[in-house]
Amino acid sequence: MAETFTQPRSASGETLKTIRSGLARRHARERRFRTYGIAAICAALGAVAILFTMILAKGLPAFSQATLTLEVFFDPAVIKVDPKPVQEQGQSEADYQKALRDWERQVTLVNWNRVIEAALRRAAPDAEIDTRQALSIVETSERFVLRDMFVENPDLLGQTVTVDLLASANADNWLKGNIDRSLPDAQQQLSAPARALTDRLLEDGTIRFAFAWQIFTNVDSRSAPASAGLAGAFMGSLYMMLVVIVLAVPLGVGSAIYLEEFAPKNRFTDLIEVNINNLAAVPSIVFGLLGAAVFINYFHLPLSAPLVGGLVLTLMTLPTIIIATRSALRAVPPSLRQAALGLGASRMQMVFHHVLPVTYPGILTATIIGVAQALGETAPLLLIGMNAFVASVPATPLDQSTALPVQIYLWQGNENRNFFEPRTSAAIIVLLGLMIALNALAVYLRTRLERRT
Amino acid sequence: MNTVIVACLLLLLLGFAYQAGWSRSKQIASAGGRLHSRPNYHGSLVAIWALVPALLILGLWALFADDASRAYIMAQLPADVQAQGGAGLLQAIDRVNQIASGFGVIGEAAPYEIAAGEALREFRTLAFALVIAAAAGTGALGLYLARRRITARFRARDEVERVVRFLLIACSIVAILTTIGIVASLLTEAIRFFTFVSPVDFFFGTVWNPRFSSVGAGSGEYGLLPLLWGTLMITIIAMLVSVPIGLMTAVYLTQYAAPGMRNAIKPVIEVLAGIPTIVYGFFALVTVGPFLARLGATVGFDIRATSALTAGIVMGIMIIPFISSLSDDIIRQVPRAMRDGSLGLGATQSETIRRVILPAALPGIVGAFLLAVSRAIGETMIVVLAAGNSPFLRLNPGEPVSTVTVTIVNQLTGDTDFASPQSLVAFALGLTLFLMTLILNVVALFIVRRYREQYE
Repeated sequence: MAETFTQPRSASGETLKTIRSGLARRHARERRFRTYGIAAICAALGAVAILFTMILAKGLPAFSQATLTLEVFFDPAVIKVDPKPVQEQGQSEADYQKALRDWERQVTLVNWNRVIEAALRRAAPDAEIDTRQALSIVETSERFVLRDMFVENPDLLGQTVTVDLLASANADNWLKGNIDRSLPDAQQQLSAPARALTDRLLEDGTIRFAFAWQIFTNVDSRSAPASAGLAGAFMGSLYMMLVVIVLAVPLGVGSAIYLEEFAPKNRFTDLIEVNINNLAAVPSIVFGLLGAAVFINYFHLPLSAPLVGGLVLTLMTLPTIIIATRSALRAVPPSLRQAALGLGASRMQMVFHHVLPVTYPGILTATIIGVAQALGETAPLLLIGMNAFVASVPATPLDQSTALPVQIYLWQGNENRNFFEPRTSAAIIVLLGLMIALNALAVYLRTRLERRT
Repeated sequence: MNTVIVACLLLLLLGFAYQAGWSRSKQIASAGGRLHSRPNYHGSLVAIWALVPALLILGLWALFADDASRAYIMAQLPADVQAQGGAGLLQAIDRVNQIASGFGVIGEAAPYEIAAGEALREFRTLAFALVIAAAAGTGALGLYLARRRITARFRARDEVERVVRFLLIACSIVAILTTIGIVASLLTEAIRFFTFVSPVDFFFGTVWNPRFSSVGAGSGEYGLLPLLWGTLMITIIAMLVSVPIGLMTAVYLTQYAAPGMRNAIKPVIEVLAGIPTIVYGFFALVTVGPFLARLGATVGFDIRATSALTAGIVMGIMIIPFISSLSDDIIRQVPRAMRDGSLGLGATQSETIRRVILPAALPGIVGAFLLAVSRAIGETMIVVLAAGNSPFLRLNPGEPVSTVTVTIVNQLTGDTDFASPQSLVAFALGLTLFLMTLILNVVALFIVRRYREQYE
């Protein structure tokens, strides 16, 4: 090919032909190369598209849930309990609490299932169905809903109230078609009469699909899948993020300022430098091992506590925040520093009064990116016991709790796959929604702050 | 309640001390002295002097308060209750605590309990008052001493800046402490593990079968090689997926794409980097795995739903943005003159890319590749969900495998009793993982830095 280029002007017809065919070949190769590029981009974009479509397609239906609207009669013949105790003069708080607890136990022992069954039979008087089958279409947690209503207000005795009760996970699966309707009886989770009854109740409007608020308001539940929610995991994640923000931001910004503005160039600061770069690339699970060995085993901090999770995640996000803050500091024009120093400011005044305010947008973005990364992290939390089943909302950062990503992990492993696959996807939508909101906030704040300065 | 009181008192002390320093320096200034430091520095210094001793005392009390009140209750209880020890004693202490807090106990309280409860309440009030008084006293003393030092030539700013500098250094030491903590905890627990199992059996064993800790410490085989092989296989598959796609994406976006297209596509691809790994794991388990199994069935090739292939492909997707954005930076650092020279000699764009730009960017791309490998090795959740957890040496990527990270999770989840080799092995595995990723990172960072210097 080389000689074709050296003498283009004196080229005979033969060489011109060689050039043309060579050019055609080269151009074909050029086009092929471009196609590879476009194909690669399409593959990457396709992966994003498939991932989101799959999550949305599976998860969105889980936000609506089969709900029964029943006329519940608080039947005095079934609910036979003493009147609710009141605190008497001179009675100690402990004695009163004991009496109250005893009374609540009595209320719990009431056969609430009979109350529910009666309400169901009133809704469908002629259905031929036995008690167990009838109750199988109402979620097992709903009897506690009735109990809590009664504990709250004992005057309900003898009254008829309209109550919304959750249909069981199996009924929900059946109505949504999450389970194959043509499967034989032996493989169905609901018996034939129960399936017929659910279909009928849906037709006459007793069952309708309502927005599944319990995903946001309830805690996790094993015995009553339809009532399982994210409230506990959400609070756990919230506490952890608070710990991360409170600890990682000052520590990260502080060390970035020191390393970038004050540190003398010597062996020690070089060591810190290399060390931070390496920490940024250490696998997250190693931080989990650190947490298990140091915080749990050595300092005896409680297992499954958001505080410990927050500490582990703080150590994990610290390098991210340090590196991002340092690059923000490095981007500040030297003229700003020189002007401040020239006017007689000390180095400390220069940094805190002039340089740092310019970097606020950068630090803010770094913080939010770090927090979003910490919010989605699962592996280290498994090692410090945050995968325990916790059926309560943590009141303090020291209580047992799970976190959103860990709850996703726990739900995907549930054996009631027909029900929990959509519910897990719904939890993923909530998690991704939070992360998108965080990132949008970062973008918004950055543009706003940059406009001002 | 008490913490609120303490916080309020501290805030009060802070404000008062600052005000004292500030007004004192103002006074000197207005009397004709020329101050070295501005009044707010004098105020801050006095506040530091007042607050630090008070905080120290409160911190000490917070550490020892529980022990002190416990010892006090013990002293109040009659000898026979003290002698019973164990759960009975704990219960007695709880009852006294309940009486003291005003909650009361169930049923009739014994006279000695009521007496102890009353005494405890008095003790607590007294101790609280004493601690507050001590904290306030030392705070006031610090305030007084610091305020007396204020003169016109006193360099308060230098002292405040020294304190701030000290705090900044303390912040950067946290990163070092983290590394020390990681190395120390991994090493000590791994060494404890090696007292049960010899390192040779661990690093060169070909069978992984740890049994359960209830079977006994002596049983079980801890061969690392099956796990390492699983990790390697998944990493190779992930790289086969991500390197071509990521690299070609970076090349196209830097060399061909119009700025508008680039600005539209780049953020979308980077969305992949922000998705939590648990979501990828679920995606692999629910969508990719069954799809591959069906695909395998139609082609006549046996692929399990959870296999090295499933985990590897999804991990590859996860790493695409990592490779593409790193390569993007590196390709754009190649000097424009090299590109223009090649184009000027008549090479097509793709020839320029393949013969000039990529060779010039190669060291940087190798660095990015190594960083991506270290990422893939340490990745946990995708593999936990989608690789099938079956620690055997197998060549077929369609079969389930297990990896180092999965085994760490399996051996340690929810277990806090670090006495058996079954849970201690997690630290030996963690050490292996840490060393592998450390070496990869150091080499990669070295290469990338060398590359950067070359073109700067």
